[in-house]
Amino acid sequence: MSTVTCPECAAEVTLDAGTEVGEIIVCPDCGVDLEITALEPAAVQLAPMEQEDWGE
Amino acid sequence: MTSVSIIGGSGYGGGEALRLLLDHPKVEVKQVTSRSHMGEFVYQTHPNLRKRTQLKFSDPSQLESVDVLFLAQPHGQAQHHIDQYTKLATKIVDLAADFRLRDAAVYEKWYGEKHAMPEWLNKFVYGLPELHRAELAAANYVSGVGCNATASNLALLPLVKADLIDKNAPIIIEIKVGSSEGGAEGNSASHHPERASVIRTFSPFGHRHTAEVMQELGVTNVSLTMTSVDLVRGVLATAHANVKSGVTTKDLWKAYRAAANENPFVRVVKEQRGIYRVPEPKILAGSNYADLGFDLDESNGHVVSMCAIDNLMKGAAGTAVQCMNLMMGWDETLGLEFAGLHPI
Repeated sequence: MSTVTCPECAAEVTLDAGTEVGEIIVCPDCGVDLEITALEPAAVQLAPMEQEDWGE
Repeated sequence: MTSVSIIGGSGYGGGEALRLLLDHPKVEVKQVTSRSHMGEFVYQTHPNLRKRTQLKFSDPSQLESVDVLFLAQPHGQAQHHIDQYTKLATKIVDLAADFRLRDAAVYEKWYGEKHAMPEWLNKFVYGLPELHRAELAAANYVSGVGCNATASNLALLPLVKADLIDKNAPIIIEIKVGSSEGGAEGNSASHHPERASVIRTFSPFGHRHTAEVMQELGVTNVSLTMTSVDLVRGVLATAHANVKSGVTTKDLWKAYRAAANENPFVRVVKEQRGIYRVPEPKILAGSNYADLGFDLDESNGHVVSMCAIDNLMKGAAGTAVQCMNLMMGWDETLGLEFAGLHPI
């Protein structure tokens, strides 16, 4: 089972079986979107997230 | 079943402890005492317990021996009767402030009076499992925790434990508190027309719970600023400190993640989506969770660390029951699994 390190929070994220390059996953710790950029070895990069008004 | 009783069960802390203990799978509540409500059904004071128990408030002088005794009286009473209580139970959990501080001089400084039984101060373990889990497992006498102290201690715990902050620089903790912190006895300031809708900074510095933060985390340059807000339950502590040179956001993630992994009721809340992206006490009402969040300005080392709790749960009765679980060798989450409500 492949794991990747979240570039935002350094969490170890386990990839589900069948994960494909280009797929967007969510870091379970910090919630950022991660794009799968490679599988052997697995690699991710931060994916752009829609900015939204929040919290006020 | 392990027998337990509560002394001083008519207040909010005692009522919350009773709610938890009635549903606890390993204990049976024998007596709940109250001088002012003696002979009344406990549900007449704690209406959420209607149809859950037929217990009536007992006369404190008629208290019988039990395995574990919870003390939920107003501050300052337990220390005058501790010799008597230890004859009734081998294990005692005190929810008040009588035995939280280890040093009698420090107690006198913050509480403005001499401790009645200073020889007992070192017999109690400070009742915060996140700091004293191993000692609690071997303890017979456990102190309560201040609700504001708990929010502050847990907000700073990952930073102090991982040695990430400059302890010589000022640590400022802004604390927003709900009205139930004031207890079941009202005063003119808690009168509804005066208390509703307030944002009232009632203690800019010098709050008594500061002493617990100093004692437990070994920090001296720390101030707690207390502000009443329009909540019934809840505390939000927002701590401002300075990280040591070179500390990054990822270092903080590592420290906070470790705190969450080591402590079943500590969660990290630092989300990128949704509405609840930071710790908020609102969704913790009735639960024993402490939600931690943080952010770091890497340009100047200013770290903001937040902790939200329910003051009556993680800040009082929930932690007291968690301590009992540890003292008895049980799973520390027993009877404390309620996740809270959403929406609320």
